[in-house]
Amino acid sequence: MLYFTRWRALGIILTALIVCLFALPNFFPEATVKTWPAWAQRRIVLGLDLQGGSYLLLEVDSNYVKKERLDQIRDDVRRTLRDAKIGFTGGVTVRNDAAEVRITKETDVQPALAKLRELSQPLGGLMGSSGQRDLEVSDAGGGVIRLSIPQAAMLDRMRKTIEQSIQIVERRVNELGTVEPVIQRQGNDRILVQVPGLQDPTRLKELLGKTAKMEFRMVDTSVPPDQAQQGRLPPESELLMSASPPPTPYVVKKQVLVAGGDLTDAQASFDQRTGEPVVSFKFNTSGARKFAQATQENVGLPFAIVLDNKVISAPVIREPITGGQGQISGNFTVQSANDLAILLRAGALPAPLTVVEERTVGPGLGQDSIEKGELAAYVGSILVIVFMLLTYRLFGVFANIAVAINVAMIFGLLSLLNATLTLPGIAGIVLTVGIAVDSNVLIYERIREELRGGRNAISAIDAGFKRALATILDSNITTFIAAAVLFYIGTGPVRGFAVTLGIGIITTVFTAFTLTRLIVAWWVRWKRPQSVPI
Amino acid sequence: MTHTVLIGLGVLIAILTVVAALGLLPSLRIVPDNTHFDFTRFRRISFPISAALSIVAITLFFTHGLNLGIDFKGGTLLEVKAKSGVADIAAMRTTLDALGLGEVQLQQFGGPENVLIRVAEQPGGDAAQQAALQKLRGALGDSVDIQRTEVLGPRVAGELLAYGMLGLMLAIVAILIYLWFRFEWQFALGAMIANVHDIVLTIGFMSISQVDFDLTSIAALLTILGYSLNDTVVIYDRIREMLRRYKKMPMPQLLNESINSTLSRSIITHVTVTLALLALLLFGGHAIHSFTAVMMFGVVLVGTYTSIFIAAPILIYLGVGEHREDAPETATPAKKNKA
Repeated sequence: MLYFTRWRALGIILTALIVCLFALPNFFPEATVKTWPAWAQRRIVLGLDLQGGSYLLLEVDSNYVKKERLDQIRDDVRRTLRDAKIGFTGGVTVRNDAAEVRITKETDVQPALAKLRELSQPLGGLMGSSGQRDLEVSDAGGGVIRLSIPQAAMLDRMRKTIEQSIQIVERRVNELGTVEPVIQRQGNDRILVQVPGLQDPTRLKELLGKTAKMEFRMVDTSVPPDQAQQGRLPPESELLMSASPPPTPYVVKKQVLVAGGDLTDAQASFDQRTGEPVVSFKFNTSGARKFAQATQENVGLPFAIVLDNKVISAPVIREPITGGQGQISGNFTVQSANDLAILLRAGALPAPLTVVEERTVGPGLGQDSIEKGELAAYVGSILVIVFMLLTYRLFGVFANIAVAINVAMIFGLLSLLNATLTLPGIAGIVLTVGIAVDSNVLIYERIREELRGGRNAISAIDAGFKRALATILDSNITTFIAAAVLFYIGTGPVRGFAVTLGIGIITTVFTAFTLTRLIVAWWVRWKRPQSVPI
Repeated sequence: MTHTVLIGLGVLIAILTVVAALGLLPSLRIVPDNTHFDFTRFRRISFPISAALSIVAITLFFTHGLNLGIDFKGGTLLEVKAKSGVADIAAMRTTLDALGLGEVQLQQFGGPENVLIRVAEQPGGDAAQQAALQKLRGALGDSVDIQRTEVLGPRVAGELLAYGMLGLMLAIVAILIYLWFRFEWQFALGAMIANVHDIVLTIGFMSISQVDFDLTSIAALLTILGYSLNDTVVIYDRIREMLRRYKKMPMPQLLNESINSTLSRSIITHVTVTLALLALLLFGGHAIHSFTAVMMFGVVLVGTYTSIFIAAPILIYLGVGEHREDAPETATPAKKNKA
């Protein structure tokens, strides 16, 4: 137990040293570290609770996604049956997560089924090999055909929706000019957004809270809005309210001339004549062509610029707009024009997002927590160090050296893993100091026992290590299991605690098995002790 | 100020280190050598006490309940700092009560300028919580700095609670399986009973003290679990060793020897853990206060007691060493040691 070959001793010391050295970047200013090679730049990331910032958990509305899909199915069914000249009664109804249609003539049911089955596509595109389809068409009896969305298709759709949403969220967050935001998918329907340093997420939430579905549509001038409000609404139109107060109704055709997806750029600017803030935009080629055609056909008529089903403005087309660009005015402030430009540039979200969890810490509180955590760490370490010196004297010095290296190694590993340090994480390190000495205590107490048992100094030390190490391994593994579970279930600060606790256990076991043993072995070789001052 | 103190303490440590290294300090023996305290006999007292305390804890849990924090209950929490230096709680209460958000809890902490504002979960799902936050921010206006905001919708809160509980169960089962592999099943079962006992008592403590029960409490519970087991495993390891070495020693005596010979270690380790926790409790700030308080109770008070008075003696009832003949004490380690 006390014999180390030269190579093993060297290996142990080098391992410890290298791990410790990884902690170095944390002690230099960021600018200095930037000039180092990339592998040496890893450092500990401070958690949001220490550096301040915002944490948002957003949820994609799965009901919206389902409803959108069902509406689409309904339109498809209508069109398909009409094209096939198959009569149906009572329209297409959407209920119980499915669309249903009643075929008028009994003999038409089979042809209708065949036609509608063509709507169903294999999942995962043409290459889909799962054999599953995105639509289930069945005969519900009594002339009713049922079209429902299979579970797998719904999951697939949610997955795509989330992926798209993450892209859009990323673009919108980046527009805020924040440093190193983290945007991740979480679970089936959630997106996690972490923005360090953001003190007030109100504007961020406003930006993320809009789907920003932009549409250019014609205003229906056949019915005045007040009559439409009383129910005389043409079937191809709908009633929309204005975006800015007071709420004014507009009758707008459902057909979309050009959609936001055809925009290539949007910028906030000022109107050259009136000086009020406006948003100027550019279409891509296909958008420009569609817009030119639509404006040519409708000179003298008003069209509506609709954002998330609200009318921003409804200008009259004075002349065909063929240049593929234009500007939107609509009672904007500089800020709201800016926000709209950001939203249009970033694109529309496929489904609305809701904030289901929000945590924000101001930078002042974070700094305060760091200071308190540091103070607690210093005081805790000093108390433990003094206690160990008083209890074990020379062996206390050995233990303290081992614990110091242990803590340095924790920081090194945390840096290497780019781990996040949180306030509970600091608590985890302090606790580790308290626990790390436990391995030494186990060894020393065993040595004391062996001495009492009548062994001579060297044999007692040897036996002490041999017997204690098995116990150290067993007892630390149980704590490690707890830390691992905590890491798995925890988020944010709690996960930070699990990380330092877990890493602390690993370094503790490492130092107990190697460093402490090596130090004592050296001492034994140098001193050839007759008695152990323990 | 703090720096001077720290430097001073550093120098003190340096001096102590040199003195210790030269062997000039007297050796401190917290537990005298050759302690032979009859711990096992106390099982007739400790078991009924533990059973009674557990029943009290469970009763408290069902009558008093836990003070669920925002993590598990949902709602809104704001930590604000009055710009004027002194927060006018009464005025704040009047303003916030007028918002019609139900009960608004205000609590001063740290200094006269800091106030913790809690608003219960609003009916109407996730959007309603956000609306409440907006109202609160508006009402507080510019008179305060908002230091911390937490808003949790009802579903996330429910999920966190379910997840936390699941984690706790998972940890217990995982540890049980590990112990089952490393020891005999009786040991695993004994450790598990001790474990559940610790958690039950700690939950009782949380119920009495009404500290916030949130995600960090789950972290505290899991840590308590880990360390209490750490202790138990150390004693079990020794018991196993003794069982192999002294084939004929009667069980109660064997358990006593095991506990006594690891007693010094148990106590020294608990002193160091207590010192570390004490530093966190006193200087770590209010953000981790309840976390460390719960841990202090669980690790220091309950954990040690459990491993000595519950985990070890329960092995007798679980039938460890039943097949052993209660031979006369021919091979006690005390005698052997003297030889």
